Amino acid sequence: MNELSASSRITYRAVMVRPSVAHRIRGLSDRTLAWLFITPTIVLLLAINIFPLLWTIYLSFTNYRANRANVPTIWLGADWYQSILTDPDIWAAMQVTAHFVIWTVVIETVLGFGLAYLIDKKFRGHGIWTTIILLPMMLSPAVVGNFWTFLYQPQIGLFNYVVAFFTGRAASSFQMLGDVTLSPWAIVIVDAWMWTPYVMLICLAGLRSIPDYIYEAAEVDRASKWRQFWSITLPMALPFIMLAVLFRGIENFKMFDMVNLLTGGGPGSTTEVASITLKRAAFESWRTGYSSAFAIILFVTVFGLANIYVKALNKVKSR
Amino acid sequence: MSLDVTPSIAPRGLADRILRRGPLEAVATAIIAAGVVMLMQPFSLTLYSWSFATTLFGTVMFTIVSKVRE
Repeated sequence: MNELSASSRITYRAVMVRPSVAHRIRGLSDRTLAWLFITPTIVLLLAINIFPLLWTIYLSFTNYRANRANVPTIWLGADWYQSILTDPDIWAAMQVTAHFVIWTVVIETVLGFGLAYLIDKKFRGHGIWTTIILLPMMLSPAVVGNFWTFLYQPQIGLFNYVVAFFTGRAASSFQMLGDVTLSPWAIVIVDAWMWTPYVMLICLAGLRSIPDYIYEAAEVDRASKWRQFWSITLPMALPFIMLAVLFRGIENFKMFDMVNLLTGGGPGSTTEVASITLKRAAFESWRTGYSSAFAIILFVTVFGLANIYVKALNKVKSR
Repeated sequence: MSLDVTPSIAPRGLADRILRRGPLEAVATAIIAAGVVMLMQPFSLTLYSWSFATTLFGTVMFTIVSKVRE
């Protein structure tokens, strides 16, 4: 130590007095470390989710218009809410949404459970069939919307030719996307085609979670296959089916991309689901305050449904 | 020799039995579901007008009762 120069001694003492960063981090409590790790996430959540939500709630009580940002905003109270909740046009949009949600969920659940039941029976090549069935789910909604628009073309579309083959009608005699009666069903068909595999996956997880010994006990009791299905398979897979129903219900309630690409809400307003109405009010009419109130109404509905979803999820987890 | 027949656990009152998370969550869930049905039903504009208030009440209730003891 005596051989060290004065400056070296000072540096040495400084190093000895100030612990290294690693040493200091090692000295932090678990609680402080936990806060260090989650703080960036909390800041991001506040900036991206919570602040816009609070700002939207504030805007929903004002006459703010995003294309006239310099105009002074006036506090309107609950006027927009009252206006939306007494507007027959918005009510009609909600009914279009209901038609879309109910039919897609029913079709996807029935087909998804049926497919899961078949796939659950081990047969030759069931792995490859599972992969093929899952393919539509892996595609982007933008891609699906575009190619189904081609499939629905009355002159060159494959869908019309398939229907014509089975019904004997001329392929160009009907338009799936241009007809007031058929267009709501056109979007139901596309959504069912795309998302039935997802429901199938959830139902398959439910079916695979049923222990074999229950079926073996039922066989010993000479229960028929029909009885086994109604007394074992369906009740034990029901929480998973409920989970799929809730998830698809929430997703389809806020469906926008596919409907916008396929019909854009038309013809007229026959496929104008709530999210399309919201987009038109926000970015075509530029009624920002009004559309904020509408968005909050939709948000509360989705949030309420999400609560039920989480409760169902916990029930499934506890099994 | 006497036999003590007093139950070791005191009987719970009606409030204790009702004010538990399970039943309250079920009520809140039913209110939310009713609000959603009211929002999308095609029969009455009055029901539609009250749907948001119903869903909001159910959601707030669910958030509060999920903190109640089991």
